[in-house]
Amino acid sequence: MTTNSHADAHTLDANAGGHGHDDHGGAAHGSLKSYLIGFGLSVILTAVPFWLVMTGAIADKAVTALIVLVLAAVQIVVHMIYFLHMNTRSENGWTMMAMIFTVIMVVIALTGSLWVMHHLNINMMPVHDMSQMP
Amino acid sequence: MSVATTITTQDSEPVFHVVDEHDHPEGASTMLGFWIYLMSDCLIFAMLFATYGVLGGNYAAGPAPKDLFDLKLVALNTTMLLLSSITYGFAMLTMEKSRIGQTQLWLAITGLFGLAFLGIELTEFAHMIHEGATPQRSAFLSSFFTLVGTHGLHVTFGLVWLVTLMVQTARFGLTTANRRRLMCLSMFWHFLDVVWIGVFTFVYLLGMLR
Repeated sequence: MTTNSHADAHTLDANAGGHGHDDHGGAAHGSLKSYLIGFGLSVILTAVPFWLVMTGAIADKAVTALIVLVLAAVQIVVHMIYFLHMNTRSENGWTMMAMIFTVIMVVIALTGSLWVMHHLNINMMPVHDMSQMP
Repeated sequence: MSVATTITTQDSEPVFHVVDEHDHPEGASTMLGFWIYLMSDCLIFAMLFATYGVLGGNYAAGPAPKDLFDLKLVALNTTMLLLSSITYGFAMLTMEKSRIGQTQLWLAITGLFGLAFLGIELTEFAHMIHEGATPQRSAFLSSFFTLVGTHGLHVTFGLVWLVTLMVQTARFGLTTANRRRLMCLSMFWHFLDVVWIGVFTFVYLLGMLR
C-alpha cells in the first residue's frame, strides 16, 4: 500500500514539475522497492567482477578487463537511477543537462590524457641505437 | 476613450520581462546547486583518475599492485560502502514518513558502516606504508594515494556532516531545512559510492590484472 501511495505522489510531483517550480526543489524520491532493486543489482554487479578477477575464471586478461569495465559502467548507471534518482524531469531537466555536460568533460579529459600520454611514452622508448646514427 | 488608452500606452515603457517576480520558496534551488557542486567534484575525481591512468604503470622498480593489494580487503570495503548506501536510502524513506527515531537509527547505522570503511582503508594504507610503499616511493604510489586518499577524505567529511545533521535533527526535529540538508547529504553519500565503483574497478581490479 505504501508503495502505491508513493507512486501516486510521484506522478503528481511529475505533473507539478511541468508547470515550473516544484514545492521541494523538484528532486525525485525513491521507494523501498526501487532502493532494494538498486541494491540487489549493485551486489551482483560488484560480486561478479571481483569473482572474475579473484578466481581468474577467464584466462584472457584483456577479456576479463573489458567485462569488468562494462560491469562498472552498468553499475554506475544503476546507482544514478536507483540511488541518486536521476531522471529527465527533475529540476526541469537541468540536473540531466549538468550531468551530460560533466560526462562530456570527463570523457574528453580522460581519453585525451590517456591517449596523448600513451603515445608520448611510446615515442620516449629508446628504440633507436644512438651509436648507429650518422 | 480611445485617445486616453493610446496616451497611456505611449507613456508606459514597453516591458519585455515578467515584472512581478514569482515567489521562490527558501531552498528551492538548493538541490540543483548541490547537484552542480557534485558534478564539479566529479571533475576533480576525473582528473585524479586521469593522473592515475597515466602514472599508474610507473613503479620505479618499486612494488606493483599485485605485491600490495589484497582483493579480499577491498571486497569487504566495497561491501561496507554499498551497505551504507542502502541504509542511507532507508533513512530517507523513514524521513519521508516523518519517523524521526527510525531516521536517526538508520543514519547511525550508515555512520557505522562509513566508519568501518574508513577503518579498513586506513588499515590498508598503514600496512602499505609499513612495507615501504609510501606515496614518495613511485609515481604509481603517489597517484594511488592521491586518488584513494581524496575519496577517503570525502567519506571523512561526509561522516562529520552526518554527525552534525544527526545532532541538528535531535535538537530541532525533521524541519524543512533539516530534510533539505539530509537530502543533500544523501546525494553526496551516494555520489561517493559511485566514485568508489570507479576506484575499485580502475585501481584495484584492473591493477591486479596488469
